[in-house]
Amino acid sequence: MFPAPAFLSNPERFMAFSRWAAPMFGVIALVLALAGLWLGFTAPEDYQQGDTVRIMFIHVPAAWMSMFVYACLGGASFLALVFRHALADAAAQAAAPLGAAFTVLALATGALWGRPMWGAWWVWDARLTSVLVLLLFYLAYMALRASLDDETKAARAGAILALVGIVNLPIVHWSVNWWNTLHQGASVFRKGGPTMTVDYLYPLLLLGLAYMAAFGSLWLVRIRAEVWRRRAEAAAMRAARA
Amino acid sequence: MSRAGALLAREVALAWGKGGGPLVALGFYAGTATLLPLATGPEPARLAAIATGMAWVALALAALLSLERLFERDYEDGALDLIVLSPVPLEITCAVKCLGQWIATGAPLALAAPIAAIALGAKPQLAPLILACALVGGLAFAFTGGIGAALSLGARRGGLLTAVIVLPLFVPPVIFGGAALDAFANGLPWHAGLALLSAYAAAAVALGPLAMAAACRNALS
Repeated sequence: MFPAPAFLSNPERFMAFSRWAAPMFGVIALVLALAGLWLGFTAPEDYQQGDTVRIMFIHVPAAWMSMFVYACLGGASFLALVFRHALADAAAQAAAPLGAAFTVLALATGALWGRPMWGAWWVWDARLTSVLVLLLFYLAYMALRASLDDETKAARAGAILALVGIVNLPIVHWSVNWWNTLHQGASVFRKGGPTMTVDYLYPLLLLGLAYMAAFGSLWLVRIRAEVWRRRAEAAAMRAARA
Repeated sequence: MSRAGALLAREVALAWGKGGGPLVALGFYAGTATLLPLATGPEPARLAAIATGMAWVALALAALLSLERLFERDYEDGALDLIVLSPVPLEITCAVKCLGQWIATGAPLALAAPIAAIALGAKPQLAPLILACALVGGLAFAFTGGIGAALSLGARRGGLLTAVIVLPLFVPPVIFGGAALDAFANGLPWHAGLALLSAYAAAAVALGPLAMAAACRNALS
């Protein structure tokens, strides 16, 4: 039913896979980001936005990732909750700070872009607000895990909260359709294909893939670190008992 | 059913009894509603423009503050362990506790909401809609708030953690209720906001107890 998680659910197989997969994703991310940035900086200026349109190449993939990482967090939490799998829980725990970082990046670059374009760092538009709420969900998840001392309880409580937070993702995505506001509507993933010129679309997609690969690499590195931390703790417990 | 009824009676009696739960919540609500004009300035025109919104947000905060006693006290004195042993499914138990919370503090707060809004300068014609929104919204606040209260059982700084967990969950009902009130005040169609608020409350009533029960089992394990 879940082929990739099923293959990787064996910790030994996961450690063997991630050992070479993490640096490989990192190299892929670097190459894609360099290519995307090169295309982005050599693309012609927008007739309305001028040079500031290039902020889009940093901003939009970060906004995509803020939602994608939450989906990963929710999926890993589901697997951790249902199958009580320690590795899935480590994956959820490792994903949350990365997702929060992407969300902060999206909000910060959005503010830098909004200032010249809308004349304001921040507007209480529906989509901006729901991304801010997404950040609050990440923070609540991390705060909950940090304030429960028992790691097993913290893991399950966090997983429940992550699944509750999944309710928020559709609101983020569809808020553009619910409230017709300042923020422009979806222009890449829409019925009838993208409305964007290929000069901008290619660098945007390249950077989107670069962000995805970077997340994959960092996620694997963080899961490996978490696995090692738990092994070290278990070894310390054994040593203390002996 | 009689067991659930007994539990509901216990919850409401505990809330109404020692400590005067609803009165404290009402006092907090009145205090917040008094502080808001002191902070924004007394000009009637400015106050009237934001009166319903302020009354609505103060209501959400008052609902948040009374969440603390929903599970925490039963967890600390061991009553929750006994309640879990009863043949009533834990999901039903959690739903009954939230319903008791709504009867004991949500409904009195809802009755106070129109008064607070009108005192701040909202049009008196708004009163029925504010009451309706506050009653429905109170249900959403109680059932989503219960999730946060159950999740933070046994945590350090439980009360503050509950607020951090619950405030993002309060965003949709606050938006929908505020939109309905704003639309009514401006003579626009307001049904959509109230309908969405009711839908959110219904979803919270249906799904919230599942999450609460899972969280309680986890805390007691």
